[in-house]
Amino acid sequence: MKTVKNDQRAERLLGALAATLLLLIVAMVVTVFLKAWPSFAHNGLSWFGPGGDVDEQIRSMEQATPLPGHSAYYFRAWPLIWGTLVTTVLAVVIALAFSVLAAIFLVEFAPAAMRRTLDPVIRLLAAVPSVVYGLIGILAIVPWINGHLISDGRKASVGFVVQLNGADLATATLILALMITPIMVALIAAALASVPKSWHEGSVALGVNRWRTIVRVSLRTARPAIVAATVLSTARALGEAIMLAMVSGGRGFAANPLDGLTFLFEPVRPLAATIVQNAEGLTIPVLAHTVYAIAAVLLVSAAMLSFAGWAAKQPLKRYGIRA
Amino acid sequence: MAAEGIQPPLLAPGPGVAVVRPQRQSTSSWPLIDRVGYWLCWATGVALCAIALAIVLYMFVKGISYLRPSLFVESPAPGVKQNETGGFFDPILGTFMLTGLGILIAAPVGVAIAAWLSEYARPRALARAVESAIEMIGGVPSVVLAIFGLLVFSQDFLGFLSQRAANGAVYGRSFFAAGVIMAVLALPLIVGSVREGLAQVPDHMREAAYALGKTRASCIRHVLLPAIRPNVASGIVLGMGRIIGDTAIVTILVGVTLKLEKVGDVPLIGNYRGTGSTLTSYVYNNSPAGEGGSPQKAYAAAFVLLMIVLLLNAIVTRLSGDTQPLGRVALAGRLRMIGRSMPWIQ
Repeated sequence: MKTVKNDQRAERLLGALAATLLLLIVAMVVTVFLKAWPSFAHNGLSWFGPGGDVDEQIRSMEQATPLPGHSAYYFRAWPLIWGTLVTTVLAVVIALAFSVLAAIFLVEFAPAAMRRTLDPVIRLLAAVPSVVYGLIGILAIVPWINGHLISDGRKASVGFVVQLNGADLATATLILALMITPIMVALIAAALASVPKSWHEGSVALGVNRWRTIVRVSLRTARPAIVAATVLSTARALGEAIMLAMVSGGRGFAANPLDGLTFLFEPVRPLAATIVQNAEGLTIPVLAHTVYAIAAVLLVSAAMLSFAGWAAKQPLKRYGIRA
Repeated sequence: MAAEGIQPPLLAPGPGVAVVRPQRQSTSSWPLIDRVGYWLCWATGVALCAIALAIVLYMFVKGISYLRPSLFVESPAPGVKQNETGGFFDPILGTFMLTGLGILIAAPVGVAIAAWLSEYARPRALARAVESAIEMIGGVPSVVLAIFGLLVFSQDFLGFLSQRAANGAVYGRSFFAAGVIMAVLALPLIVGSVREGLAQVPDHMREAAYALGKTRASCIRHVLLPAIRPNVASGIVLGMGRIIGDTAIVTILVGVTLKLEKVGDVPLIGNYRGTGSTLTSYVYNNSPAGEGGSPQKAYAAAFVLLMIVLLLNAIVTRLSGDTQPLGRVALAGRLRMIGRSMPWIQ
């Protein structure tokens, strides 16, 4: 039976390919962690904490002259982590409010013509490369904010710590929110659209108006999908590097919420953007260990979020809803 | 007046009379807060369209006003004035080289792994592990993949894929390196799309093939894969879109030169071993964030990039069958498609 033997060979071949891929991925995680280890080992848990100017620490690694009184590995990533947290959380909150409303509109209220327009619009917003968003941000939005929204007085008020030039938290957050909105709308609307029609009709037949029906029946049923959409777009926002490297101000500065409105105009630099901006220095061992440590943090966060997204979607399976 | 009081009944009994449906409930009877919600929904829907229109119009106006035919045929060159710095012929070539290599690796591997996961998946534990690993890869930021690639391709035994410095150190940045990492980036999309297709093939097709004496491998090769050709194609196009749009991997792994630099004398392989740029890294380098500082050319290149991406988008829409009217169920399916085109959702 030659053909049966061939079949077994094919199965083994394909299985071996899959196993190789798995090995490669595991090897990737292990290598990044091994490469990152010296940075974590020298700094301990205070790697994640605040302490001094992070840009100065990176610069001293580039020049291979340790900061006075510290080891060559001295690194306190808090400003970068804070920048990542602030941009991600603000962008996700804005995008969530916007997306739930847009998804309800798309599924329930939009007239047929509007629905046909919105579908390609969402595709388009999802397909625009991040470098194009970044370009529009840096050439159109940043100069506008610099010219119209930041007064000279505001610049002077924080001038002794940091310069305000329009490349700031607000720009980064807004564009990031715009970038994650399409995936949120698509995921939430897909869940809303697959809520069984009869549940909806039951509520309407009892005299509840359409809006309350949507809020109390559809949205409640789709809640796991909304959570999953939020988690997955958080992962997306966390990993965005190029756009943020272009518009967030590129300064390792922990923007201070106590500054009031000025907070929004202060520059930040998230973790992923830091990797892009220091990629040239990867030949310097100490800096390379530090950059890989940043990558390891991102890797762990991304893996955890992708697991959380999977876990959040499980309750939907009970209703037989695919999303 | 009396005549007006006697109205024919709305639902006239008897055959042949059309049922008059009650009018759709108007929002004016709703409580104020519900109406606010309703109008907010409309506002966000219109705002989304307006934003998309604004982006396209803005890029269109900027792109058309800075685009010159000469930009397509000239290579980038160092220079001080705008007319000295050349065009983006090399970056366009680089984009094609990178996409070609990435898809050439990702397509066969992706289809094979998807076939194994859907049709064999033994042992069970290995299949689950591979599944979650691919899901995880879909969510890993591309910068992380990029610097991992740099680590791998700087190894001494992979030196033949890039170039060596005078002291023998391997440079690790080349089109080969970037192409392999791009394949990793595109893999989850292709696997996802093929698996979706395989799940939709009805079981009786497999049973018919087995009844005719086909083995499993032959059934996959001659029955299943031909049946899901549109899914394979749309997976590949989605992967291409992802590769073309990615910047982080290009800036880190293809290197710092805008021109395509050849290594060695072999024509194509030399180019792949060398460095260069793609449209995305050209835009990045020419924007104020990079070094070039030539916004007009960045706009022109970004416009070309946007057009390529929109074209790919249109192809995917076409492949997924865009002709039916959008009902509720069709809409759910289509939206899942959009969701899938965003790799971090896998």
